[in-house]
Amino acid sequence: MVEGSIGEALAMSTAIPLLIAYVAAACALLSGVVSLFAGRHHPGFLHSGSFLFLFLAGATSIAAGGWALLANLTLTGQMALGLPWLKWHMRLDPLSGFFLLLLGTLVIAVSLYGPSYTREFARGKAAQPLPPLGVFTATFILGMQMLLLADDALVFMIFWEMMSLSGYFLVVYQHQHAANRHAAFLYLLLAHVGALVILLSFGVLAAFGGGLTFDQMRVAHLTPQWATLAFLFAFIGFGTKSGMAPLHVWLPDAHPVAPSHISAMMSGAMIKMGIYGIVRVSYDLIGNVRWEWGLLVLVIGTASALLGVLYALMQHDLKRLLAYHSIENIGIILMGLGMSMIFIGSGHKLLGTLGLVAALYHTLNHALFKGLLFLGAGAVLYRTHERDLERMGGLIHRMPVTAFMFLVGSVAISALPPFNGFVSEWLTFQTALQAPALENGVLRTMIPISAALLALTGALAAACFVKAFGIAFLGKPRTRRVARAREVPRGMQGGMALLAVLCLLLGVLPTSVIMVMAPVTQLLVQESLPSAAAQGWLWLTPISPQVASYSAPLVLIAIVVVFGMGFLLLKRGAVPARRVDTWDCGFGRLTARMEYTSTAFTQPIRRVFGAVWKVEEDVETVAGAGPIPRVTSIRHHLHVQDWSWLKVYQPIGRLVLHAARRIGFIQTGNIHTYLKYSLATLLFLLWIVSL
Amino acid sequence: MNSQSIVWALAAAQTLLFILAAPLLAGWVKRIKCHQQNRAAPAVWQPYRDLTKLLKKNMVLAGNASWLFRAVPYIIFGATLLAAAAVPLIAVHLPTSAIADVIVLVGFFALARFFTALAALDIGTAFGGMGASREMTVAALAEPAMLMAVFTLAMTAHSTNLSVAIETVLQAGLVLRPSFLFALLALAMVAVAECGRIPVDNPATHLELTMLHEAMILEYSGRHLALIEWAAQIKLMIYAVLIIDFFLPWGIASEFSTGALIVGVVAATAKLMLLAMLLVVWETVLAKMRLFRVPQFLGFAFMLALLGMLTNVVLETGG
Repeated sequence: MVEGSIGEALAMSTAIPLLIAYVAAACALLSGVVSLFAGRHHPGFLHSGSFLFLFLAGATSIAAGGWALLANLTLTGQMALGLPWLKWHMRLDPLSGFFLLLLGTLVIAVSLYGPSYTREFARGKAAQPLPPLGVFTATFILGMQMLLLADDALVFMIFWEMMSLSGYFLVVYQHQHAANRHAAFLYLLLAHVGALVILLSFGVLAAFGGGLTFDQMRVAHLTPQWATLAFLFAFIGFGTKSGMAPLHVWLPDAHPVAPSHISAMMSGAMIKMGIYGIVRVSYDLIGNVRWEWGLLVLVIGTASALLGVLYALMQHDLKRLLAYHSIENIGIILMGLGMSMIFIGSGHKLLGTLGLVAALYHTLNHALFKGLLFLGAGAVLYRTHERDLERMGGLIHRMPVTAFMFLVGSVAISALPPFNGFVSEWLTFQTALQAPALENGVLRTMIPISAALLALTGALAAACFVKAFGIAFLGKPRTRRVARAREVPRGMQGGMALLAVLCLLLGVLPTSVIMVMAPVTQLLVQESLPSAAAQGWLWLTPISPQVASYSAPLVLIAIVVVFGMGFLLLKRGAVPARRVDTWDCGFGRLTARMEYTSTAFTQPIRRVFGAVWKVEEDVETVAGAGPIPRVTSIRHHLHVQDWSWLKVYQPIGRLVLHAARRIGFIQTGNIHTYLKYSLATLLFLLWIVSL
Repeated sequence: MNSQSIVWALAAAQTLLFILAAPLLAGWVKRIKCHQQNRAAPAVWQPYRDLTKLLKKNMVLAGNASWLFRAVPYIIFGATLLAAAAVPLIAVHLPTSAIADVIVLVGFFALARFFTALAALDIGTAFGGMGASREMTVAALAEPAMLMAVFTLAMTAHSTNLSVAIETVLQAGLVLRPSFLFALLALAMVAVAECGRIPVDNPATHLELTMLHEAMILEYSGRHLALIEWAAQIKLMIYAVLIIDFFLPWGIASEFSTGALIVGVVAATAKLMLLAMLLVVWETVLAKMRLFRVPQFLGFAFMLALLGMLTNVVLETGG
């Protein structure tokens, strides 16, 4: 609860934030409608118009979400839509406000970035109509806005499906490539498996609550077994959407092939809807969080984080690499949530709150830096038409602004101070350090081990982004097209700059951010972190100043001062540096072919963690003719595959095919047989009814 | 002058002492190493002479070095300086140690390393890439071991704040904690890897087969190189002081009286000299490992740290 007159004034004007949220949804809808008419005849104006409405949708989402969050409001409403006996129940509370804020920020960045970026699709040989892209972008965002506002299972599922289906059309937008169609199919398949499991979870809750509204579910009394079942269904279903291991396989395929601003939305916002779902169902609807659930979430989270980053390291497709990092970051979020559940389930509410804050903070941070990185990758793609790191290089000279933005994103995602990724990982570590408070010795050991694995994840992520940024932007250009790249238009720079600034701000002012998030934890666990800001906004002290403190603003100031002083002191009176060619050991000139490649960079890691991947490596040498043996050409093949795909999904796929073939014999193609089936079915049903 | 500003001035003085004394420690290590190996030793002041010379020299930059290459030495030095500010050397409870706890300290080092590796890739030579790749691999393995060791200590002290942790050890007195022994070993091994010492790396080499850290900074010259070298010396001292702080903090000033501060300086000097000797013995009896033995070395460190934590959970915290 925000103290003071502003908070009270905001709280007085009831229902307005909910109305603003409706306006936000309407803006998204309008954007789609405008886009629909931006066909061949008026491409430019209407196309920009659709992004203008998206901008408005983002701004109003932020307004509504921010209002509900700052004023700690819980507003409910009914919409005159839906079935006659089931009106649509809507609700805006701090939790949905928080996620609306996150979504709105990304939508704004995308609406700045989009107009220039998408125009590329309408140009050149493979020109494509823009209206479908605009329409599905709008419905995609609309779906997310509305599912956040949903207060009954029906509305939630409708908009969940709207989001998922729009996502399918966005992934398959460039359908001329087989990879896109394949990725989109896989996405659709897992989205539906996930939705089905979510539906089962709601089914359990609705059965005990006696209705589909969330209010009925909240007051339902579940036995521990049924509660655990509902949680498991929700965790699996929403986890599929989040991309947690081992249900992540769709994500690295689907995110890279979508247009880059959509990748940013998917990675930044869509997979966060899964996190929203897990939090909403387990903390709010089921309530009574149990520590056993937390243990499961922690283990899955740790596995996702580690596997995500290890698979990311092996990628040299920039967008695919980023997609794998989403799995890693979802893992980190789940680790925070898992620890939170363990603590709450064991009766340590305050520590549970700390874990929840860490998880939600990382959710927000990941949305910002992953959005930024995908937009950056999109900017590179826009100018060079290149996604392969091995063919980039030296872009820092040609695209300085993009390079700087991507660097900010890289530092943030690598969890380095003073950027935002560090703060949330620091909070996660602080949560883990409270493990001695638990009575259970196994948990007391498990939590620090998973924290050590988090440290490993962080260090590997840093290695991965040294690789990604270093190979793509530094060194010498490896292809002519990359050497000729130039900076992207202003709008795209603006979209990236917005997110980059937020990455820094959230890293430097963590105490204020945590205070803003207080209503969320108040709502979910009736607790906030009173001591976090006890020392003022300058100091972050999650438990108490004695336990741990971190002053991000002072760190930033110190960095700036040290940097400036060192620079001025040393620069003064110094002779300008002489520029020469790099020393080439006396051989001919150094060329880009002599640079370290992305594959070479990760070779030591590939060797150390060899068991994690299925690595197929071979070297093919062609011997030249002549009496003296000499090699004329060498080809190095490296193929890295995901074990979960080979060991889990392919066997399931084979099993399904096999079963289908076996069942296939009942399909004779003869109408008489089918009529007999119908007769048999009817008789069977009659028998059932008469029982 | 009120007490608050005196305390801040003291913190600044300690940081200054830290960065000014770091080359001396490096010189001391080099000197006794030479004695140990029957070589004629340079004066302990040699690192200062080298640094001044480098600071005065003109720079040569590679043709395609970007702005990043020129900014990185300042970032490395800045991050290392911040880390030095956060570590109590002669007195505890200085305000700078509240800015950053141990985890933030690890973060500062990671920041410096991240940018060193990027600068190594900036020129586009194979050496730079190789150094960056190896350094990031070693760091990835060292970080969990480091965190695990730190966690063991933090759990005993119920704090990641260095000052508080030192205070806890001081108050407990001379108690033999098995978990601390394990953590000490692990931390020492990590420190060796992180500071680029034998057997993980050899700071005195310029051979491509053995280089890690040196390969990354091959292209630097003049004041850039001076800053990086200086930062490396500070980093070595930070790790040495960390080990001292956690395991042998006796003598450190807990109040800000002149007497206590002098005792603090003397104690810190004596302990650092002693630790440097241990490092020299270690570096003299061991040979540089191949790169792919390093994971085993650091894996061993991680296992030790893990054992330390388990002993803490099982033996010391009690049921």
